[in-house]
Amino acid sequence: MTVLVLAEHDLGTLSPSTARLVGAVAALGPVDLLVLGEGVDQVALDGARLAGVARVLVGQGGDLAAGLPDSTVAVLAGLAPNYSYILASAGATGRDVMPRLAAKLDLMPITDVVAIGGANRFVRPIYAGNALQTVVSDQLRHLLTLRPSAFRPAALGEAAPIEPLAHAPVASVARIIAAHRTPSDSPDLSTAQIVVGGGVSVGSAEGFKLIEQLGKALGAAVGATRAAVDAGYAPNDWQVGQTGKIIAPDLYIAVGISGALQHLAGIQGAKRIVAINSDPEAPLVKLADAVLIGDLFAIVPQLIAELDRLGVRR
Amino acid sequence: MKILVAVKRVVDHNVRIRVRPDGSGVETAGVRMSMNPFCKHAVEAAVQLAEAGGDAEIVVVSVGPKPATDVILTALAMGAQRGVLIQTEAELETLAIAKLLAKVVAEEQPDLVLLGKQAVDDDSNHVGQMLAALLDWPQATFASAITRTAEGLEVTREVDWGRVTVALPLPAVVTADLRLNTPRNAALPMVMKARSKPLAVRPVEDFGVDLTPRLRIEAISPPSERAAGRTLGSVGELARVIADDVADLEAL
Ligand SMILES: Cc1cc2nc3c(=O)[nH]c(=O)nc-3n(C[C@H](O)[C@H](O)[C@H](O)COP(=O)(O)OP(=O)(O)OC[C@H]3O[C@@H](n4cnc5c(N)ncnc54)[C@H](O)[C@@H]3O)c2cc1C
Ligand SMILES: Nc1ncnc2c1ncn2[C@@H]1O[C@H](COP(=O)(O)O)[C@@H](O)[C@H]1O
Repeated sequence: MTVLVLAEHDLGTLSPSTARLVGAVAALGPVDLLVLGEGVDQVALDGARLAGVARVLVGQGGDLAAGLPDSTVAVLAGLAPNYSYILASAGATGRDVMPRLAAKLDLMPITDVVAIGGANRFVRPIYAGNALQTVVSDQLRHLLTLRPSAFRPAALGEAAPIEPLAHAPVASVARIIAAHRTPSDSPDLSTAQIVVGGGVSVGSAEGFKLIEQLGKALGAAVGATRAAVDAGYAPNDWQVGQTGKIIAPDLYIAVGISGALQHLAGIQGAKRIVAINSDPEAPLVKLADAVLIGDLFAIVPQLIAELDRLGVRR
Repeated sequence: MKILVAVKRVVDHNVRIRVRPDGSGVETAGVRMSMNPFCKHAVEAAVQLAEAGGDAEIVVVSVGPKPATDVILTALAMGAQRGVLIQTEAELETLAIAKLLAKVVAEEQPDLVLLGKQAVDDDSNHVGQMLAALLDWPQATFASAITRTAEGLEVTREVDWGRVTVALPLPAVVTADLRLNTPRNAALPMVMKARSKPLAVRPVEDFGVDLTPRLRIEAISPPSERAAGRTLGSVGELARVIADDVADLEAL
């Protein structure tokens, strides 16, 4: 039973989610890690050191660097016959690619998996996480996307061999014409240990600086609600929830967030939740582990100063 | 240009669903149903493309039980010209839905298929990508902007690190994200007019697609509940709680 994991990487760096994917499935069989793109030498080296990885396959050339789904799927479809499991992270790339691959292979994929209960039994949330579905598949091959935050990362081990992948040249009919990258010096939101989230009540992009400042003090990633993103206060890739990123930090600090169903969908895996809100009846206040009721504009600056006084720094 | 829009009838996104105690599923009897929110954005995008391009025909299709004609009527009221219901009482898997839609594409020959990026009941996020694969068409998922160009479309997509704009030739499949547009609320005259627009109801068997499920749903269970925590009295107390949590993390 061999496993193929599509490595997630960005700017020449292996994303932390990949170690979690490998950790999640290493028990199912030896893992081949597939790295596609240009300038991925370091990605391959780092991937090779994950415990459970038997080989790293590096595919380069053609349109692969652009990461367009038709070319990625062409490569994956060529490799598929050799594997019992093919998986990717449940991020933008995995979600784009895996269902396309599945239809090409006439298989039903199982996506957003949060638990693996044996060789062919998987648990995935439905209805924005308000129910959990246990799915059993008797298909020949399992195509999965996993939520990285639900799994522990693989440890580091002996370096596995790195092999170039021989594949037919792939060309995409689509073309990338522009990209807008959100500048960021904070940890990866989907796998961060601490996340500070801001809601629409933060009031402006300027106001979000306050949230970022609190984030910085704690070495935390910054998240936002859809309402805050729609209002233009925060970039789209900060959105947490049913439609955004799924997070499972050890600590989530929600500032001025009501806790709509669709936002809660993204934070169910958080170990501890702290809420700052002016409304004691807000749904998020009702389920947080610790709550401070009051005005965020008064509380957050004091909190930053107080954390500094207590010597909290990460 | 001819645009096909796929819309799904789902439990209204404001309803707090209840898992049946016997684990057999989610209670849908007597629950308010409506058009999947992402599909509304897809319909709105089609109408806006038609308005911008002068001449476009918009056909909406839904796979579901008879009452799913309601969501087709909503789309017709928003500006689509014609509707097709592929009627089935079964809850079909996404692959089967994609295969049915591929049949409709073969009949209708649209230049563009618009879908929602995900259905808020099964949260699958599959059908658009599957349909694109079956048709061997290019896809642009999670669209937050669509413009028509001489060569085809330019679509801005929301991705993990920001936004990316791709140029696609037509025909193509595009799935809508929530920031694509603000769906209109159809005015009463449009709602009245929708009732006189053509709406074909066709049994699922007519399409000759093998609908046998590939997966077995073993159980549906509620997520674990969170217990209410404690309310703190001051910022100082809050800072200490956070400092303790951070210390616990560092200790790991
Ligand atoms: C299909 C669909 C998908 C969606 N997906 C997502 C998603 O992925 N993520 C997401 O977040 N949302 C999503 N939403 C939107 C969601 O339903 C809510 O509208 C949104 O989460 C609300 O954001 P908010 O908490 O910032 O705003 P609000 O609900 O307006 O809450 C603001 C909160 O701030 C508090 N407040 C106000 N002033 C202050 C102050 N001065 N100090 C302290 N507290 C204050 C208020 O008491 C209130 O609790 C989705 C909606 C739909 C229909
Ligand atoms: N039963 C259905 N009938 C019509 N369109 C559907 C159906 N199910 C899914 N779709 C389309 O596919 C999109 C994604 O759904 P899903 O892959 O189920 O999350 C939806 O937003 C619809 O546009």
